[in-house]
Amino acid sequence: MPLTNELRDDILASVPSLRAFAISLSGNGDRADDLVQETLLRAIANIDSFQPGSNLPAWLFTILRNLFRSDYRKRRREVEDAEGNYAKTLKSQPSQTAHLEFEEFRAALDKLPQDQREALILVGASGFSYEDAAAICGCAVGTIKSRVNRARSKLSALLYVDSAEDFGPDNTVRAVIGGNGG
Amino acid sequence: MKEAKKQGGLNAEIQSRIGHQLRAMYDDVVRQGVPDRFAELIRKLDGPEAAAAAVAGGDTDKNNGGD
Repeated sequence: MPLTNELRDDILASVPSLRAFAISLSGNGDRADDLVQETLLRAIANIDSFQPGSNLPAWLFTILRNLFRSDYRKRRREVEDAEGNYAKTLKSQPSQTAHLEFEEFRAALDKLPQDQREALILVGASGFSYEDAAAICGCAVGTIKSRVNRARSKLSALLYVDSAEDFGPDNTVRAVIGGNGG
Repeated sequence: MKEAKKQGGLNAEIQSRIGHQLRAMYDDVVRQGVPDRFAELIRKLDGPEAAAAAVAGGDTDKNNGGD
């Protein structure tokens, strides 16, 4: 469809979530904004192939995701640079505890396989349905569901395995009961 | 039975914390709105040809480091 002013506005309205997606995928604020810029240029260059009335955010997310993937194959993630750059994109400085928790979460997210990370972000943060997420990633709905589930279990193992053991009924409770009894 | 229930409850709590942290991280960026550079970019592009030229131009810059 032609690039109407209305369509420009709709594309612009998707920019904040495109940036959030790009930063979540790449872990790097500067690179994320380059990805968003490239996405916008390619979207407008190919605007004729966008079907009026179809899901514009999903179309834009698909372009960004494919760009990220082809870029990823060319150069490895710059992991050591990720945290510092991401912190710069935050407007407010979180409290010490919140900041630590956030860093841990970010680090755990980076440890997920790329397939699982993108599925979890699309469904758990961007708010896409499983069907839309499957269309964006070019795979079956069941595949997205299983990737999201695996991502969640892996994150909970990475982040909370210690607290799960602390609160677990086996050792703690038995030790306390045993201690009181004898 | 009680133990199994407690484990399930803990798991649900962990999943809800993960969901909360994921959205907090994401929404932090969403709340920043549209940076000026993107608003300007979209405003100044007349149409697909201009965008295609910009894509090609960007690629040339990246590959050749400017000539």
